[in-house]
Order: sequence, then structure tokens, then C-alpha cells
Amino acid sequence: MTELETSDDGTERTPSAHETETEHEGDDRSLEDGSFGRFGGQYVPEALMPALEELEDAYRRYVLENEDGFMDEFRQRLRDFGGRPTPLQRADRLSERYDRDVYLKREDLVHGGAHKLNNALGQVLLAKYMGKERIIAETGAGQHGTATAMAAAHLDMPCEIYMGRTDVNRQRPNVFRMRINGAEVNPVDAGRGTLKEAISETMRDWSQTVEDTHYVIGSVVGPHPFPAMVRDFQSVISEEAREQCLEQIGSLPDSVLACAGGGSNTMGAFHHFTADESVSLYAVEAGGSSLEVDEDAGVAPNSATLSTGTEGVLHGARTHLLQDSHGQIMESHSVSAGLDYAGVGPELAHLVKTGRVTPVTVDDTAALEAFHCLSTEEGIIPALETAHAFGFLHEAAGRDDADEVLGDSVVVTVSGRGDKDLETVIEETEKRGLEAAPDLSVFASEGGLR
Amino acid sequence: MSDRIDAAFADGPAFVPYLAAGDPTYEASLEYVEALDRGGADVIELGLPFSEPIAEGPTIQEAVIRALEGGMTPERFFEFVEDLEVEAPLVCMTYYNLIYQFGEERGPRSFVERAAEVGLEGFVVPDLPAEEADPLREACDEFGLDLIFIVAPTTHGERLERMRERVSGYVYVQARLGTTGAREDVSDQTGTSLERLANWDVPKAVGFGIKTGEHAERIVAAGADGIIVGSALVDIVAEGHETGKSTAETAARLEVRARELAEGATRGANPENVPQPEQP
Ligand SMILES: Cc1ncc(COP(=O)(O)O)c(C=O)c1O
Repeated sequence: MTELETSDDGTERTPSAHETETEHEGDDRSLEDGSFGRFGGQYVPEALMPALEELEDAYRRYVLENEDGFMDEFRQRLRDFGGRPTPLQRADRLSERYDRDVYLKREDLVHGGAHKLNNALGQVLLAKYMGKERIIAETGAGQHGTATAMAAAHLDMPCEIYMGRTDVNRQRPNVFRMRINGAEVNPVDAGRGTLKEAISETMRDWSQTVEDTHYVIGSVVGPHPFPAMVRDFQSVISEEAREQCLEQIGSLPDSVLACAGGGSNTMGAFHHFTADESVSLYAVEAGGSSLEVDEDAGVAPNSATLSTGTEGVLHGARTHLLQDSHGQIMESHSVSAGLDYAGVGPELAHLVKTGRVTPVTVDDTAALEAFHCLSTEEGIIPALETAHAFGFLHEAAGRDDADEVLGDSVVVTVSGRGDKDLETVIEETEKRGLEAAPDLSVFASEGGLR
Repeated sequence: MSDRIDAAFADGPAFVPYLAAGDPTYEASLEYVEALDRGGADVIELGLPFSEPIAEGPTIQEAVIRALEGGMTPERFFEFVEDLEVEAPLVCMTYYNLIYQFGEERGPRSFVERAAEVGLEGFVVPDLPAEEADPLREACDEFGLDLIFIVAPTTHGERLERMRERVSGYVYVQARLGTTGAREDVSDQTGTSLERLANWDVPKAVGFGIKTGEHAERIVAAGADGIIVGSALVDIVAEGHETGKSTAETAARLEVRARELAEGATRGANPENVPQPEQP
């Protein structure tokens, strides 16, 4: 999981007129300086640049070269504290229902209940090796905040988490968990109070405290070296899944499905498959309530950055963004807080641009239906983020070209468990009167679980 | 490069105020910027509001939100510059995405071309480090505009050299770590920060946290060629807006504060009037 190369199958599309750029901004940079094709880079205030250089140096030495046995310790802690490896489980009822082999990569079984711990543990440990004294992080769904708070408590580091006000309200169980692990939770009131505002606020904190503080960014986003480093920490998912497929199925899967917010779950799930041309990779984005955009209101009723966004610069990287025609960033929407972000990781943007990864969307209602299906049929309550991936499985399996799209064997990453989402699910299910759902009215009429 | 910016620093220390264009409304903002000009601004940094101003503290963040709610856009900003009647040269302060997105083709050239057309003299782009700046630098060279970099207290070694090679107009010396915002005291890091840039051949303007004429005096006495003041002025706009003061009244207060800051800077340049700053 330490190599720097990404596979580039060279199937670059011809850019449309809107995508062309002036020559000097071409594709001539390499991963060495933190770009993935035309995406990536380091667009941050000057005060942060030395910290990024320091981090890049630490990333190369400790992560890529295993200096002082960093990677050995990381792997050991992932095993002992994190509960890895996670199983690759055949989902019997889904396999029957969709008439193909469906395997679940169970990241919901990682300590804390989501893949987020892989990265948080890696970064907090790295901060420790770097001699930093304080940890800050942003969180959307609260899963990354929770994972960071856990890793920080585990490694005895003080920790502060920024979280948008809206997300504080819809993910209260995680707010409690962070507090109980000893982290400070700072609600952010700006904008719509979601992940994008929390990231901006964490960057502000970092630019004042950069000398002794490490910012544990929660996904494969932000300035170099974060996207590459977070991918490396998360790529343990596909490393295990690939081996498990070979062992358990005797072959590689035909397709891998993963939900994409910032893209850490997808990059983690895809990384060790990118060189395997026979494996189709699907990044499932939040289609929200609609793929249409209200430019005047500055709102996208979805978080489908790869599917509907355009190229721009946000939070330290050049990537795909939900933005208006002037370049102002739009408020995004998803029923799942963890997908509700107007940007996406630059490497994922690159893999989509080169055609290696296919972006697809699933709307709020389809995600809720998939949530109930997985819960009742397989006994797994998935995170609402994860439910989007199952929404796509359901949709694709019903198509005429299902065999082409999915193939005979499908791996879906269960990026996290859904305990944190129960209030939202009860409310939203009730609102929509979903048929597939069990009767939840008893909770709803009493004000949910509040 | 811009002769007008050179000239602004040529005789005596420069007072460089910042306001967000369009805060809280287009019309009022025109008057506020003009008031700063009357109050003795040598260069004016005009903020083009971006929705994610990660380098700003709460004061300017709020200003940016007010301006965006008032309908400020890049094209409106250029009209704003055309509508302004000021003597001081104008520098546009904004984030890279707005520069990158402007016009038909992505990349900074269209934005710089339009900026040159309306008479802007240069740019400060807080999220564009020297490493990413070549495309904008080239466009600035093509149209004769300046590209001003921010040197942070943490900037050293090779990074400093990279900036020195690319900077023009003046260099913005960030007096302390963190985001923008007026403080009660000015940092004593200023002297040390300036020493690192002693042999640069552009003027050094110090900003972040300057609020009063006395601050201005001390910063200039510590060796700065200019002072940059944002949040302390934006605070006056915000207070006027929140307490329902008339535009004229707020403009008058801005002019008074501008004069105080400009005079403070001038006093600082006459060492016989002030005690020598302590050498670190
Ligand atoms: C369970 C779960 N899955 C997926 C995501 C999406 O983030 P990413 O795309 O970075 O994996 C989140 C984010 O909080 C999450 O909590």
C-alpha cells in the first residue's frame, strides 16, 4: 500500500470546449509535486505551506519508507485496536435477489463503525512521530470526528473537532461519542453548517496553530500530500479485499461499488484494483433530491460532484466542484451528512477523467430504500452513505445491461454502520411513506428517538 | 510592472487599506472606498468576495458574506472598479477559483485581461502559493500587472527564494500567524520578519492585526515600507451596518480612521520622533 504510482490507462477523453485550458496549465506535472493529471496541487495560505512541506517529508519517510517502523506499528494498531482485517462476506439474500454473487467488504466492523478509522489512526500516529502536540479535524457525518477522537484518545493526544451546526443536529450520537472520548466539538455556524464550512474553519485554526498542531483531514481531499497519504492509509481496504477475493472466490471480482463523498472510501476500495482492467469501478455519489441546480440560490440539491461538477480550486486542491458559473462554491445536499460536500478528491477526479472509474448517482429516496433492504434482508444496518452504494446495486441489477455493468461477482464496501443515522432515517422514511420500510410510525409520532 | 504602485511607495511609507467590494451594498461600498482614498490611501486592496475565504478571520468573512448577499460577482466587481473615483492605485484581493473560472476558457488569463482593462494594478491571492502561481504570473507579465505574495512568519529558505523570484509591486508581510483580524496589540515579530526580506528589491508592506495610528507608527518604525489594514476598517463598515448608521456617517468615520493610520505611518518614518525599536 505504499507505492506512489497510480495506474493511468491512458483513455483520456477529448476535452470539450468548456474543459480546454490555456496551455501553461496543462497536464505536464506529475505525482511528485502532488498532482494527479491536471488535478491536485497545494492551494493554501502561505502560512500553511511549510507545514505541508514538513508533512510531505514525514509522509515519504514514515509511510513510504517505513522509517522507524512506522508502517509496522500502524498495521499492528489497525489489527489490535482497529479490528482488522475486516471480513469479505458473501451476502446470500442479496446474491439471490440480484442473481449474481454479491460480496460485502465489512468496513462497518472496523472499530468505531466506519472505514474512517484507517485514516484517522494513520494520521494521528504520524502526528505523534512528527512530534506534534495537538490534533484538529473536521467532520461531516461525525464518523471521521469520532474516529479521530478515538485515535487521539488511544494515542494520548489532545483533540478538537469542527463540525457544521446542521451536522451536529443530525448526527448527535457521534457528537456524544466524540465528547465521551475527550475531544472538544466546535460547532460551525457559517453557511449551511455542513462539511465545507467545517473544513474552512479547521484550516483557519490550523493557520494559527500550525507549528504544534496536525490537521487530520477526513478524506482524500485538500492539498498535497493529503490526498495521496489518506489514500495510502485507506488502501488497506482494497488490499485485503483483493486478496480475499482471490482466496474466497478464486478470482478477481467483476465490479467494485463504493459510495463517494470526499472519496476516501472509494479510493481505499479501488486502489489495489486500478491496475486490474477487468474490474469495473463505480463511485456512487449522492443524487440528493435532484440533479438540477438552482444557480441563483447558490444551491445544488445533490452532492454529485463527479457527475455534475466542474473543474475548480477549493480547500487546497484543483478538482471537481459544485460551483456556480462565477466560481462561487454551492451549498450541496444529501440525506447523508458524510456525502454532503461540494468537492471531491483530486485523484478520484482524475480516475474519472481518464475513464477508469465510472461515477453514478443515487438519490435520497433510493438510498433510504436500500438502507431498509440491507437492514431487513441481511441484518446489517448500513450508514446512509453506504446505502447509496446499495441503491446503485439495486438500480443496476434491474437494468437490461446488468450483466455488462456489474458482472457475475460484485464487491460492495459497507463503509460504515448506520447507528448514527437512525433519527434521520426514521424522520425521512416517515416523510416519504416508503413502502419497503418497516412501520416506524411509532417512533415518528413520538418525535423519533429524541 | 505597475508604475503607479511603484510611485505609491516612492515617497514615504504607504498606507494600504482593504475593504471587501460591495460590503454591505454596491453603492455604499463605493462611498467607503472613496472615503479611504480621501483619507490618504496610497494603494487600495479591494476584496472580490469568494464563498470560502479560508485565509480570513470572522470580521472579513462576515463582510464577504454581506457582499455576496448584496449580489457581488466578478463582473460586478469589474464594474465597481470602473465606477470608483479614486486617486490611489487598486489591487484586487481574491481567491484563485474566481480568477481561474473567469471567462470562456479556464485559467487566469481572461481575468487578468479584464482586470487590466478596468485599470486594476495587481493581485493578492491568499490561497495561491508561489508553487502554483506561474500561470497567473505569466498573465500578469503579459498585461503589465503586479502579483503580490504574502510572506508568513513560517516562510523560510527555498520558499522565500521562490517568492522573491515571482513577486512584483510589493510584498505583503504577514505580521503573525493566523487569519486576518484586528488585534489590540501589534506583533513584535515584525522586525524579525522584515530582516529576512532586507535584500528584496520590492517595498515591504506589513499587515495582519494593525488597528490604530500608533500601531502603524510602530510598524513603520520597525522598518516597514507600508502598512496594510483590513479588519479594523471592515469593523467600521460592519458597525455602521448593524447600528443603522447612514452611509455618509460611516464613510466619514472611515475617512477619519484612514487619516489616523496614514499619519501614524508617516510619523513612524521619522525616526527622530519615535524611540528606536528594540533589536531582537
Ligand atoms: C460511513 C461513511 N461512508 C462514506 C463516507 C464518505 O466519505 P468518503 O467519500 O471520504 O469515504 C463517510 C463520511 O463521513 C462515512 O461516514
